[in-house]
Amino acid sequence: MKTSLSWLREYVELPAGITASELDTALTNLGMEVEGIVDQAGTILGDLVVGRVLTIEELTGFKKPIRFCTVDVGNSQPQEIVCGARNFAEGDLVVVILPGGELPGGFKIGARKTYGRNSHGMICSGAELGLSGDHSGIVVLPADTAAAPGADARPVVGLDDVLVEVEVTPDRGYEMSVRGIARELATYFGVPFTDPAAIAVEKATAEAPYAVSVEDTAGCDRFAARVVRGIDPNAQSPDWMQRRLIQAGIRAISLPVDITNYLMLEFGQPMHVFDLDRLNGGLVVRRARAGEKLTTLDGVARSLDAEDMVICDETGPISLAAVMGGETSEWQEGTVNVLLEAAHWDPIMVGRTARRHRLFSEAAKRWERGVDPALPLAALRKAVDILVEHAGGDVDERILDIDHVAGPVALTLPGDAPAKLIGLPYTAAQTADLLRKIGCEVTGEDVLSVLPPTWRPDLVAPIDLIEEVARLGGYNEIPSVLPPAGASRGLTPAQKRRRSVGRALAENGYVEVLSYPFVSPGTADALGLPPADPRRSAVRLTNPLSEEEPLLRTTLLGPLLGTLKRNIGRGRRDVALFEAGTVFLPHLTSTAPPSLVVDRRPTNAEWAAANAIVPEQPWHLAVVLAGDIEPAGWWGQGRAATWADAIEAARVAVSAAGVSEDRVTVRATEHAPWHPGRCAAILVDGEVVGHAGELHPAVLAALELPKRTAAAEIDLDALPDAPVVDAPKISTFPPALLDVALVLDGTVPAAEVQAALAEGAGDLLESVALFDVYESSQLGEGKRSLAYKLTFRAPDRTLTSEETLAARDAAVAVTASRFGATLRGA
Amino acid sequence: MSYRNDPYDPKQAALLAPEALEAAVAEAEKAFAQAADLDALATLKSAHLGDRSPVSLARREIGSLPPAAKSDAGKRVNVARQAVQAAYDARQAELEADRAARVLVEERVDVTLPWSRRPRGARHPLTTLMEHMGDVFLGMGYDIVDGPQLELEWANFDALNIGPDNPVRGSSDTFFVDLPGLVMRTHTSPGQVRTMLDRQPPIRIVSPGRAYRTDELDATHSPVFHQIEGLVIDEGITMAHLRGTLDHFAKAMFGPDAKTRWRPHYFPFTEPSAEFDVWFAQHRDGPRWVEWGGCGMVNPRVLTACGIDPGVYSGFAFGMGVERTLMFRNGVSDMRDMVEGDVRFTTNFGMES
Repeated sequence: MKTSLSWLREYVELPAGITASELDTALTNLGMEVEGIVDQAGTILGDLVVGRVLTIEELTGFKKPIRFCTVDVGNSQPQEIVCGARNFAEGDLVVVILPGGELPGGFKIGARKTYGRNSHGMICSGAELGLSGDHSGIVVLPADTAAAPGADARPVVGLDDVLVEVEVTPDRGYEMSVRGIARELATYFGVPFTDPAAIAVEKATAEAPYAVSVEDTAGCDRFAARVVRGIDPNAQSPDWMQRRLIQAGIRAISLPVDITNYLMLEFGQPMHVFDLDRLNGGLVVRRARAGEKLTTLDGVARSLDAEDMVICDETGPISLAAVMGGETSEWQEGTVNVLLEAAHWDPIMVGRTARRHRLFSEAAKRWERGVDPALPLAALRKAVDILVEHAGGDVDERILDIDHVAGPVALTLPGDAPAKLIGLPYTAAQTADLLRKIGCEVTGEDVLSVLPPTWRPDLVAPIDLIEEVARLGGYNEIPSVLPPAGASRGLTPAQKRRRSVGRALAENGYVEVLSYPFVSPGTADALGLPPADPRRSAVRLTNPLSEEEPLLRTTLLGPLLGTLKRNIGRGRRDVALFEAGTVFLPHLTSTAPPSLVVDRRPTNAEWAAANAIVPEQPWHLAVVLAGDIEPAGWWGQGRAATWADAIEAARVAVSAAGVSEDRVTVRATEHAPWHPGRCAAILVDGEVVGHAGELHPAVLAALELPKRTAAAEIDLDALPDAPVVDAPKISTFPPALLDVALVLDGTVPAAEVQAALAEGAGDLLESVALFDVYESSQLGEGKRSLAYKLTFRAPDRTLTSEETLAARDAAVAVTASRFGATLRGA
Repeated sequence: MSYRNDPYDPKQAALLAPEALEAAVAEAEKAFAQAADLDALATLKSAHLGDRSPVSLARREIGSLPPAAKSDAGKRVNVARQAVQAAYDARQAELEADRAARVLVEERVDVTLPWSRRPRGARHPLTTLMEHMGDVFLGMGYDIVDGPQLELEWANFDALNIGPDNPVRGSSDTFFVDLPGLVMRTHTSPGQVRTMLDRQPPIRIVSPGRAYRTDELDATHSPVFHQIEGLVIDEGITMAHLRGTLDHFAKAMFGPDAKTRWRPHYFPFTEPSAEFDVWFAQHRDGPRWVEWGGCGMVNPRVLTACGIDPGVYSGFAFGMGVERTLMFRNGVSDMRDMVEGDVRFTTNFGMES
């Protein structure tokens, strides 16, 4: 909502010297968002003066006609000015900015040579002054302008006003008007307010000026109209009206249309003007029939919905009610007989119609937020008065008013309710006083009965009244009091897990990213997912920002590999990334949810049924790494990241989640998008929780990623909660260390060999560590040697060498029987 | 003087003469002092302390002395020998100290050489900032709740008094999916709805996390963003408690000078509602008020839909954007830096934001 301080001042006696900052504070504290307060006097710097054109010399030989003028600007010598406009004559009064001045937008004016002449200043257009969008010519002041050449031109052209632009919240339709804002400011400053709509009006006459029937009084609970005949079709809107419309950002069109717009701004009542001679028969206000056609004023042929309201004549719909008029019935150039309409429409209907047809007109914005239903007759009266004053014509004294408006309903407010919720000791009397200021009728002492005014359709529940008390009493008066502390249960196991895992990976060299979860349908193919892979079943956005990426990720790897690629594309060679986030796994059989109400809690059964359709959204963790994991440097060579680093990252994550090593198994597997020979399944307590390894070469080629790029992804929510850890018994007796080198088939997984050694060694084994992997033809075809360091220790004694050797032999024996292992060199 | 029975042979006893012993000591001291290193010193040892050294030879002569002279001579020889040994020890200690000092000098390295064989990673500042915010509320007795990002429309809208005709439910604000009844949550408030359905007051929770709106990515907007929202429901909760909570949170985040300023506003799920600014003294461009978030008293309709009796309980709710907080707190000037995943941006923050 844009308006001017001078307009507001007509209805509220604001302090004379109010500053922009005070006005800003007042509007803000009233709940309006101040988009701008612009003192127009400050938008133009330097000398802006009235000038009288003395001589005009037409310059030729340029691309366009140019005028060299001499202008009396009140100095002893006339000012020489070059001007490109042609809409003025010698003797006209114009607006001149002198050298040293500055126009809006930082356009500095100096003396300069142009088109071969010296030009000292500029004759200004309305657009250049920021007054209008009119670039077509310069401003020619009316001949009877009182100001003499050299006088300050600002007050003459209306550049002495302060423009106010506020954003109004959707519950406060009444603030979409000069009337509403003035009333609020009057309350805020405690100064007198004059209601522009409080004018004497005649009631509806028995006979209507035109036949109208309202078929749907839910959609249209009031329809009023008046008729004026024989107006001067060439009558122009007065300057003051045009200026105020322009200041409000509304184009001046014609006197009748401008009047309706002007009163929409002043009262908040949108109106419509029909050309009486273009109406065919009586008007009917009804719902549209589905598919009915109407071409609106913007030239768009629209197909209507059964919920839309229309105004029809015998030819069918002629106006999309409350939103936009139609082409065939609207005022047009030459119209002499008009029917002015002021109605009241259902806000929900208007909102739906506006959205359906994407017609967010100034009228629709007001209807949707709520318009005072008491206004139509006053608005019509004032419209008729202004019209006749400027265009003459005969007013039809008959007045139509089909009124089904249900008045406001009184609300009951316990007098102590505001204090209880706000935390300031408002008494019932203070509450009543504040509510009266905004137009409520209040009766009662301990329990208040409050009748809201007609312009406040938003006041429908006691809480709405409490909000008004808090607002008018001042939000910033409310004290700052900490409530009693609660009894927190601390972080959940899942939250602790995410934090620990994130920290562990970051400490291990991985950089966290937060990718968008949107992926393209081609991602599943690029990752080589098999046709039946459940990760191919993805939720699809119906209105994605990019048609390229309409799906929600079922694996973190798609988006994360995209982020990896972006980093590589920006010249980073060695990258290790991790991401923790949710994936979206739809249930394969999905039904529509039960509809839940809001006037009670859903039953547990309803709530469970509703949640059954919500896709699983487990938290996953993924890492990707390319290039060197350990960089080269002055110390020597770097080390390239491999499948082993990815598996290690997965183990680090699982360990950070509080899962001890003995519960974790790593097993070779084949799983897209990994290299089939370099993919590990990570198991906890025997259940697969994720995969790690090197990515499939075909996947890397498809995604244009470096060879040997490795990755891991685990389901964090599949990890068990971290248990309470049992403390170990620490033996103080010395260890016995023995190395064994086993020769076995190269296909036997090292993890299983180690498990067999541990199993065979028994309780005396403290630890086992693989320290060498050796392959050689000397060992035999397909054989390799795995060398382990076994550490034995007893809790209660120093081990004898016999005991130690027996334990070692038992360990080796298990590997021998299970895998055919032999001791190397034996 | 008769020396008839005296076997003393002055020639042989010459080595025992005080002058001779003094000379031997002086000789040894001089030689030791000239030894340049421990090896040279060691080679001098036998000449001055060995069996053939002057003091050792002198000791042998004691036996040839008359008994009366033996004691005196023995003492002198011992003194001399001790003096030579002391000179040796002193020189040895000196040379050892020299050698130790030299080793330290020789072992000197350039400690400014970079050593980044295993570069550290980093956590995303949005993650750490959300954790930091959550920790402040944990300390105030709140629980932290999570909820699904692909959420029931009812929980995201209806239960929060955002009726079917509210424009934010249109496709120009909200992401819809091919499953009816679900939307990408537009705020983290449905987590609060789920909590209220799950437990009765007293409730003190914050719900941090991701939310989605159909804004194109630019310097100040992102279709995917993070929020932290709080909810307190108990008997007798007032707007003053809301203000106290926000002021405390502001101080915890931005220091003791921080405070909040409220502006009346409209939200469907709270009434009265406010937007609030925070006084941010550390702003790069000088102390100032910065828009921070929205808040208000939970609308009784919301309590009713979630099974909490608004006649008994009242509550407040608030929320702020995590990206927005990071932007003014840490001087991030472009939203894209937070979403693109460029490691140069994130690494800068390390383990904390």
